[in-house]
Amino acid sequence: MNAAVDRKKPRLATTSLAGCFGCHTSLLDIDERLFDLVERVDFDRSPLTDTKQCASCDIGLVEGGLCNAENILVLHEFRRNCKLLVALGACAINGGLPAQRNHLDLGQCLQEVYLTGPGIVGGQIPNDPELPLPLDKVRPIHEVVRVDYFIPGCPPSGDAIWKFLTDLLDGRTPRLGYPLLHFD
Amino acid sequence: MRQPNILFDGLPLPFADGQTIMEAATAAGIFIPHLCHHPDFKPQGSCKLCTVKANGRHVSACTMPAKDGMEVENNSPDLNDKRRTMLQMLFVEGNHFCPSCEKSGNCMLQALAYELEMLTPHFPHFYPDRPVDASHPQVLLDFNRCILCELCVRASRDVDDKNVFALSGRGIRKHLIVNAESGRLADTSFSLGDKAAHVCPVGVIIEKGRGFALPIGRRRYDIQPIGMELERAARCRGSGEAI
Ligand code: SF4
Ligand code: SF4
Ligand code: FES
Repeated sequence: MNAAVDRKKPRLATTSLAGCFGCHTSLLDIDERLFDLVERVDFDRSPLTDTKQCASCDIGLVEGGLCNAENILVLHEFRRNCKLLVALGACAINGGLPAQRNHLDLGQCLQEVYLTGPGIVGGQIPNDPELPLPLDKVRPIHEVVRVDYFIPGCPPSGDAIWKFLTDLLDGRTPRLGYPLLHFD
Repeated sequence: MRQPNILFDGLPLPFADGQTIMEAATAAGIFIPHLCHHPDFKPQGSCKLCTVKANGRHVSACTMPAKDGMEVENNSPDLNDKRRTMLQMLFVEGNHFCPSCEKSGNCMLQALAYELEMLTPHFPHFYPDRPVDASHPQVLLDFNRCILCELCVRASRDVDDKNVFALSGRGIRKHLIVNAESGRLADTSFSLGDKAAHVCPVGVIIEKGRGFALPIGRRRYDIQPIGMELERAARCRGSGEAI
């Protein structure tokens, strides 16, 4: 135990790509166990720290799938820097809700939303170079980088996330099992 | 006369003449993962989830007759790995977005994925484009989730005597169709009272107006894992099953 205290704390990074922040909200749902968590890990890049660049980390939790070019860059940044990359939640694992647009033509979507939809006068499709280009299809993250672990759920429960993290931090192979393993 | 036995995962399991491996196991309270099998219908052996090894050969438990002395391997890491892979292929070839599916929690595909600890679909998604058929006043058809088990086909043909459903096309193009010139369910004699309205193991044939009346989290496989009713009985008899 003492040896563990002396060692440098593992670093944890988190990000939300094409997600709804529900998975991050679920992470907060571990409630007072957050105190234990900050005892045991240091947060790196994360919406919780507002750090914008990922440094070398032990664990990277990625919420959300890939719907635009920036998502891909951030995902690669996480893969480069994180020893263990974890797909957190349905969208990271199978595209989830954003992927429900995949059977629609992206060009037609943009036209309808910004040009031809009801009540639009003199609209234009946003083209500021600051805006990341949307992908024609939303993709889960394992289709682009190697992913080490998956935590299903929409969102996964706080208990599932906690079980996963404590398994990992205690040196066990993470295992959700029934009833923490849920797709809904 | 001595009753014939199969050796099922190392344990002797008696069976009655004419029973398949699936029927013998079910009668003894042992769950073999399956999707296209249903005790009320003639087995057709198409989904392969029930694949076991009988005397060293891969066979479908739902169609293979039990034979005296046959050695059957069922709950092994090797077979469960293969079954998980089959589930992953089923998940990526359709559109399975469980959080918005009214069948979630009551779905056999999802329940088996839990049971076999399928954490990721693993393969690239096909994201097929399959429009839903909402024409019928009582029932919605969401083809995005069809696993081609043909239970609705068998039920409508053999029990309801209506022949509302069929599979069409081959290989990756195989898909469920509705037997009407328009292709729409509203233009058939299908009704909610049909057996076919209640056999789909996944979320294709959905009764309208029910939605999430029973909330997610309180549904059949939220309460207990698939196969549990069966296996609890087996455990009580002290079968010493390893988990
Ligand atoms: S049919 Fe089953 S696996 Fe498919 S989306 Fe619905 S609940 Fe999920
Ligand atoms: S609609 Fe349901 S019952 Fe019919 S073939 Fe598809 S999955 Fe099977
Ligand atoms: S349950 Fe036996 S092949 Fe489908």
